[in-house]
Amino acid sequence: MSSTGRVIGDTLLKIENISLSFGGVRALSNVSFDVRKGEIRAIIGPNGAGKSSMLNCINGFYHPQQGRITYKGSVREQMRPHEAAAQGIARTFQNIALFKGMSTLDNIMSGRLLKMKRGFFWQALYWGPAEREELEHREAVERIIDFLEIQAVRKMPVGKLPYGLQKRVELGRALAAEPDLLLLDEPMAGMNVEEKEDMCRFILDVNDQFGTTIALIEHDMGVVMDLSDRVVVLEYGQKIADGTPDEVRADQRVIDAYLGVQH
Amino acid sequence: MLYRETGQFKTSYSADQAMFPILQDRIGIILILVVAFVGVPMVATQYTYTGLLIPFLILALAAIGLNLLTGYCGQVSLGTGGFMAVGAYAAYNLVLRVPDINILLAIFMAGGFAALVGVLFGLPSLRIKGFYLAVATLAAQFFLDWVFIRIKWFTNYQTNANAPDLVIFGVSFNSPANRYILVLSIVCLMALLAKNLVRSRVGRAWMAVRDMDIAAEIIGIRLLHTKLLAFAVSSFYCGVAGALWAFVHLGAWEPLTFDVNRSFQVLFMVIIGGLGSLLGSFLGAAFIFTVPILINQVPAAFGMPISTALAAHLEAMIFGSLIIFFLIAEPHGFARLWQIGKEKLRLWPFPH
Repeated sequence: MSSTGRVIGDTLLKIENISLSFGGVRALSNVSFDVRKGEIRAIIGPNGAGKSSMLNCINGFYHPQQGRITYKGSVREQMRPHEAAAQGIARTFQNIALFKGMSTLDNIMSGRLLKMKRGFFWQALYWGPAEREELEHREAVERIIDFLEIQAVRKMPVGKLPYGLQKRVELGRALAAEPDLLLLDEPMAGMNVEEKEDMCRFILDVNDQFGTTIALIEHDMGVVMDLSDRVVVLEYGQKIADGTPDEVRADQRVIDAYLGVQH
Repeated sequence: MLYRETGQFKTSYSADQAMFPILQDRIGIILILVVAFVGVPMVATQYTYTGLLIPFLILALAAIGLNLLTGYCGQVSLGTGGFMAVGAYAAYNLVLRVPDINILLAIFMAGGFAALVGVLFGLPSLRIKGFYLAVATLAAQFFLDWVFIRIKWFTNYQTNANAPDLVIFGVSFNSPANRYILVLSIVCLMALLAKNLVRSRVGRAWMAVRDMDIAAEIIGIRLLHTKLLAFAVSSFYCGVAGALWAFVHLGAWEPLTFDVNRSFQVLFMVIIGGLGSLLGSFLGAAFIFTVPILINQVPAAFGMPISTALAAHLEAMIFGSLIIFFLIAEPHGFARLWQIGKEKLRLWPFPH
């Protein structure tokens, strides 16, 4: 594995004063942070802190009532998830959101839908340019399958795969889109130590080899502290800390949030 | 043993992506085509054509159409009969009002009209799913039924009308044998196109919407666009099937031929044959179509002729219980049974 030498670049995504509420419930209030190009950025916090809501805002599922999201230097209007995908944002879900009736191969191929340009009638003929395009993308997908070491299950329906492999296939589908920003919602939830180590390795390799910027939510503190360049901590929808893992670990408010405060 | 893939090495992605990657399947499909195009015309009687093969093929085409929508894209539809009616009446009006139009062109343009109507009635699918969508499409069925019975312009103010002579590029397709070849060619061609669609980008987008629409959206699929495309393609297939039903099968107009019973019949074909399988569409159509005929013929063949009334009752009973039995025994339909059979045949008769 040859390291390309990671370079952390300029700001890719800037979140400014985001507030989001559902009726009377405030999911996020006044949260600001940024994600730089090429880094691994972790979002942590206790249950219900608003981490997934944050990803959903970036992804276009939720539209924050206040605040501004700047992505790739331009302020984003309200956008739908498929528009976010077109701009190079891919994600995985906390509870796996694969297409259960399709094979591993088809699931990952579907991640490249936006990259396939041939029109409907070419597809119906499946001839000449349409077939060549299909084969080109198949090759790209096979590289991802090799990378994630799931060659053996490429023709299996994903519904029949064990949990850990499903998580891997979901990562593969997100990678197939060759995203600029990859959002991972608890990529290691419910895994055993071995599977976690594998997943950590994949995340680091993705970041290292493809230079993909990653924003991830994770509960396993050990994993977060090892993987990430910078960490933002949310509690009750508010940001309580932001910085390198060491800084965050030493922050009194973070310790209070995780361990409780002595009264 | 019969389906052993040993020794069949695929050395390119092109070979792996082929429609029939296994040699036995390729031989099988060629055999079926040879039998259908060459073998059948040598033995078939007039009755086999008009009573059995032609309607079976046309309904299989409608079943493919519905399967694209329901089996692949996950949008339940009870409007198949309505969309077939649009195709039939559009073809009739095209031939009536456009002088010297090629009949083949009229049939496919009729499919185009059905596609437009399908898109229109597919619009609610963005907001409603499952049973509620089924009811919305049922409304389409009743509405279209009403339109073609009540608005006399569509039937040119006549109570009964005959289909035109089937002359295409100077060749007459009026004899049953020729009609059969015409229908068979169209069905084979359209089945091939459908297969190409479902194994490429369009089909994957449909299946993604079927399996999990939220995840489909985050990989960049526009839901409305994808669902409407499914409605359009599905209705196109149903429309062509409807036009063929009127022109080639019936040869005349019957207002009740595209009622809600037709919709249910095609839906049963798809469910029994196997949702999400093109092969299943054919198997389902064959089952739904041949079983009633067998029930009618078998007792007579054994020298026990039964009265028509009894035959009709028996048919309903046997047919209903068979459907229930199959849904319990194999909810994924005949296509799944065939899959399982193929898996078994890889080893049989030497299981170790």
